[in-house]
Amino acid sequence: MKIGRRSFLSFVIGGAAGTAITPLPWKLMDDVSIWSQNWPWTPVPPDGEYSYVNSVCALCPGGCGITVRKVDDRAVKIEGMKGYPVNDGGICVLGLSGLQLLYGPTRVKSPLKRAGERGEGKWEKISWDEAIFEVTKKLSDIRSNGESHAVGSIVSSDSGTVPNLFKRFLTAYGSPNFMTMPSIQDSYEMTMQLMQGVSAKAGFDAENADFILSFGSGIIDGWGSPVRMFKANSAWKANGKKVIQIEPRLSNTAAKSDKWIPIKPGTEAALALGLANVIIKESLYNKEKIDSQSGFDAFKKLVLNEYSTDKVSNITGINSTAIVSLAKTFARASKPLAICGRGQGSIPGSLNEFMAVHALNALVGNINKKGGVWAVPETDYIKWSKVEMDETATNGVQKERIDGAGSEYPHAKSLLNRLAEVINSGDGALEALFVAGANPLYSMPDSKAIKKAFGNIAFVVSFSSYMDETASNADLILPNHVYLERYEDVPTPAGLQKNVIGLTRPVVKPQFNTKNVGDTIILIAKALGGRIADAFPWNSYEACLEETLGAKWGELVENGFCSDSNSKVATGKFDFYPKAMESLSDFSPVNVEGSMASYPLVLIPYDSIRLSNGYIGDPPFVIKTVEDTVLKGKYACVDVNPKTGKEIGLTEGGYASIHTPRGRAVVKVHLYEGIMPGIVALPRGLGHTAYDKYLAGKGCNFNELIGPVEDPVSGFDAAWGIRARLTKV
Amino acid sequence: MSTQDDKAKEVSADGATGPIILFFILGLAASLVLGWVIFPKLLYSQKKQPIDFNHVLHVEAVEDGCESCHFFREDGSFSGIPKLAQCVDCHEEAQGEDPNEIKFVEEYVANGREVPWLVYARQPDCVFFSHAAHVKKAEMDCGTCHGHIGESKHSRVYEKNRITGYSRDIWGKNISGLRKYTWERMKMDDCAECHATKEIKTDVETLPWPLNWAPLPYEKQTGNQASVKTVKEACFVCHK
Ligand code: SF4
Repeated sequence: MKIGRRSFLSFVIGGAAGTAITPLPWKLMDDVSIWSQNWPWTPVPPDGEYSYVNSVCALCPGGCGITVRKVDDRAVKIEGMKGYPVNDGGICVLGLSGLQLLYGPTRVKSPLKRAGERGEGKWEKISWDEAIFEVTKKLSDIRSNGESHAVGSIVSSDSGTVPNLFKRFLTAYGSPNFMTMPSIQDSYEMTMQLMQGVSAKAGFDAENADFILSFGSGIIDGWGSPVRMFKANSAWKANGKKVIQIEPRLSNTAAKSDKWIPIKPGTEAALALGLANVIIKESLYNKEKIDSQSGFDAFKKLVLNEYSTDKVSNITGINSTAIVSLAKTFARASKPLAICGRGQGSIPGSLNEFMAVHALNALVGNINKKGGVWAVPETDYIKWSKVEMDETATNGVQKERIDGAGSEYPHAKSLLNRLAEVINSGDGALEALFVAGANPLYSMPDSKAIKKAFGNIAFVVSFSSYMDETASNADLILPNHVYLERYEDVPTPAGLQKNVIGLTRPVVKPQFNTKNVGDTIILIAKALGGRIADAFPWNSYEACLEETLGAKWGELVENGFCSDSNSKVATGKFDFYPKAMESLSDFSPVNVEGSMASYPLVLIPYDSIRLSNGYIGDPPFVIKTVEDTVLKGKYACVDVNPKTGKEIGLTEGGYASIHTPRGRAVVKVHLYEGIMPGIVALPRGLGHTAYDKYLAGKGCNFNELIGPVEDPVSGFDAAWGIRARLTKV
Repeated sequence: MSTQDDKAKEVSADGATGPIILFFILGLAASLVLGWVIFPKLLYSQKKQPIDFNHVLHVEAVEDGCESCHFFREDGSFSGIPKLAQCVDCHEEAQGEDPNEIKFVEEYVANGREVPWLVYARQPDCVFFSHAAHVKKAEMDCGTCHGHIGESKHSRVYEKNRITGYSRDIWGKNISGLRKYTWERMKMDDCAECHATKEIKTDVETLPWPLNWAPLPYEKQTGNQASVKTVKEACFVCHK
C-alpha cells in the first residue's frame, strides 16, 4: 500500500475531525484564557499588606461613607462603610468605580496654563508658584481698576468649608458673585422659607414613611442621597409599604413602584392640589389642627374652586377615579410622604410644584413628624470671624449680583441659570471666574450658550481634578486633589432629615502635582496681601479645617462622621397660602420652549443611576453598565412610543435627527411602550466632549438641546422639557 | 459531459478509496486517543498530599462531624483546612501505629511546621466565597460542592493544571467538562447555574396607552421577590 499525498491528507482531515470531538481544543482555549489572566504583566494588585481606610465619598451630594481596601500603598477596592448613618454599607456604581477617577487617564497632573486658543487642548505645564502668581497678578489688576465685583466663582454648593472659603475670598476681595450649581435643594429651601418662615433644607424621613407619593422623583435613579434612597426603597418593598410614582415615562423607579401613574408632564402641581381638593372635600385631614393654620382658608378656597377632580383630570390626563382613590389612600395612610423634584433633582423646577406638594404634606400633617418632611437647619460649625473689609471690598460687595439673585429675584441666593443670558446679551460682564467642583460647561442647560458666555470672560480658572469640559475651556487649571487624596468636610447629604457631617480623608498620598483647593485659595489670598490675606489666618487648609471643626475634629477622625450641634428642627408657623401661591389661582403649566407647528413633539430628559450628570462624568466601569437601549455605540437612544414612531415612520434601531429650538443631534430610535405618545425622552449624562476616550463622544448632551425657563417667582430654572421634532435620517 | 464526473470515476477505478478511508479512520482514532486519553495526562501534573489523610477514621473519632475540624470562627468566617494547632489538640503524641500519623507527628508536630496541604477546591484569588452565606443562610450541605470527601479513606492525588496552575477539581475530573453531580465541577458557570435557577422573576408588563390620552394608572403585580441572584452588587459580590 502506497502512502501518498491523498492518504496523508485524509489522515490529517481525520485527525482534525477527531480533535474537534475531543475536549482538547475547548479545554485548551479555557486554560489558555485563564493562563493569560495570570501573565505577570497583567495589572493585578501586588501582594502586600492589606489595610482599610474609612472615608466619605465626594462624587455626588449623596455623602456616603466608604471603606477603601488597600494593598500596601495602592487603593484596590471601594466599599460602602458599615454603620455609616447615610448608606450603612451600601454603595452605588459610581462610588464603586471611584478608583478609576484616582488612577485613570483623565486627571490633570499639574497646574496648566493655556498655550493655544481656548479649548484647543494646548497646555503649558507650570509650577504652583507660577500658577498662584498668574492668578494674583490678574486679580490685583482687576481690583485696582475698581472692577472687583466682576470676579465670580461657581462652586458645587454653598455648604462646607471649601465653598465657604470661596465665599469668604470673594467678600474680602470685593465681589457679591458667589454662584452655586442649581438643584432641587434650592427650591425646597425657598419653599421652606416661604411656607414655614425658616431658613432650612428639606429632609425626608423616608425610612419611616409608609406611603410614598413621588412626583417624578427618581427614587432609585439617583434622587436625594442615592444609596440611602435605594436602601429605603428596598425596606419599603420588604415591609409592604407603598410607592406611587407619577411621571410620563416608565422609569426604573416607576417600574419598581407599586403603582405608576403617567401624567402629562408639567402638570404635577395641579395634581397635588387636585389631591388636596379631595382630601379637604372628604374631610380626610385633621380639621382641628389644620383649619386654624395661617393661610388655610385661602388655600382651601383656591383648591375647592380651582382644582376640582374633573378639572384636574383634564389638566393632568389622569382619570378622575384614579385621582380620588389616590387622594384617599394617601390621606388614610398612617405616614404618608409626598416628594418632588424630577429625576436626580438637578433642575430646581417650578416653585409652584414644590409649594403645592409641600402643602399636601402639611395637609396630612407630616411636617416635622416621624416619616414626614423635616426642616433641617444649616449646619453651624463654620464660625469664622467676620471679614474685615477694606474700602474696595465694601464697595464691591454692595454691587448687584450679575445673576439678579437677591435683587430681581429677592428670595434667590444664586441663579446660575441666568448667567449665560446676562453675559451674552451684554447686560452684565465678568472679568474673571473661578470654577471648583462643578462642570457648568457640560451640566448647565443650554451648554452652548454657557460656552459662549465663558468666551466673554477674559480669565477663567478651573480647579478641577479632571480634564472636564469646563477645565478644557479654561485659561488656567489649578488641579485639586481627588477625594481619595484630600481632607474635606462633607456637610449633610441631600434630603437627610438630620444633620450629619462627614470627613473625606486621604486614602493614598497625592498621585500627582496637585493641591487641595482650600490650600490654593489660602495661598492666593495671602499673595494678594492686605485685608484679603488677613481674612485667611490659617497656614494650611488642614489647619483651617481642624480649627473650624474644633471639638468635632477628634470624633470625625475617629468615626468618619459626627452629628451637628445644630440638630434642632427649624420650626416656624406653617403658612398654607404665601403670596407666591397666588400664581396658582389660574393654573398654567410651565411653558415649554418652541412652537407646536415646527416642533410637534415634546422632549424630556431622564436620569439613571448609571449615568452621572453632575461634575463627575461616568468612569469607564460605569459607562460600560449603560444598557443598549440608552446608549448604542456612539449614539444615545431616544425613547419614542411605537404609536408616535409609526406616525413619523421610525423603526426600532433606526437613526433619527432630533431638533429643538436650542440644538440638534443624531440619535438612535428606541420604540418604547413606556413613554407617552407625543413625548420623547433622552438620557442625561451622555455626550461629553472632554474627559477620556471612554466617555467622550458617546451619545449627545441633553443640555445642548434644552434651554432654561425662568420660574416667575424664584428665578430658578423650571424647564422640564422642550418642544422637538424628530426626522428619520 | 462533465469532466469532474470522469475524474471521480477514475479515482475509484484506481482503487485508492480504501486507503483514503483507512487513513481518515486512523487519523480520527489517533486524535481521539490524543484528545481523550493522552491530553489529560499531559495537562495535569500529579502530586501527592504530604500526609495521607483518612477522613472516615477521623469522622468516627470526633463528636461534631465535619464541623469538628472545619468550623466557623466566631466572626462568621470559615476555618477551611485545619491548622496545625487544631490537630495538635489530639495528636501531640502519636496515638497509634499508622505510619502516616507517625510521619505527621515527627515531621510537623514536633517541628511546629504547618502541613502544606494541597487544596483541591482552591479558587483563584479574585473569587470571594462566603461559606457562611451558603452553609448557614442557604442551609446547603458541604457535599453539594465538595462531594463525599468525608467518606474517603485516603487522600486523592492532587492534580495541578500545568497551564493555569489551578486544581483539576475546578474544571472537574471529566475532561469533557460535563458533570452529573453538583460537586463534580467548580467553575463560575456551576455557581451561576444555582444562582440563576433559584431566582424568581417578576417581570414588568408594558402598558398600552389609552388613545384618549388620559393615562390609566398601572399597577404592578405583587410577586415574591426572593432571589439568590446577586443582582444588586452584581459581579462584585464574588469578585472582590
Ligand atoms: S451615592 Fe454618591 S456619595 Fe454615595 S457612593 Fe454613590 S457617588 Fe458616592
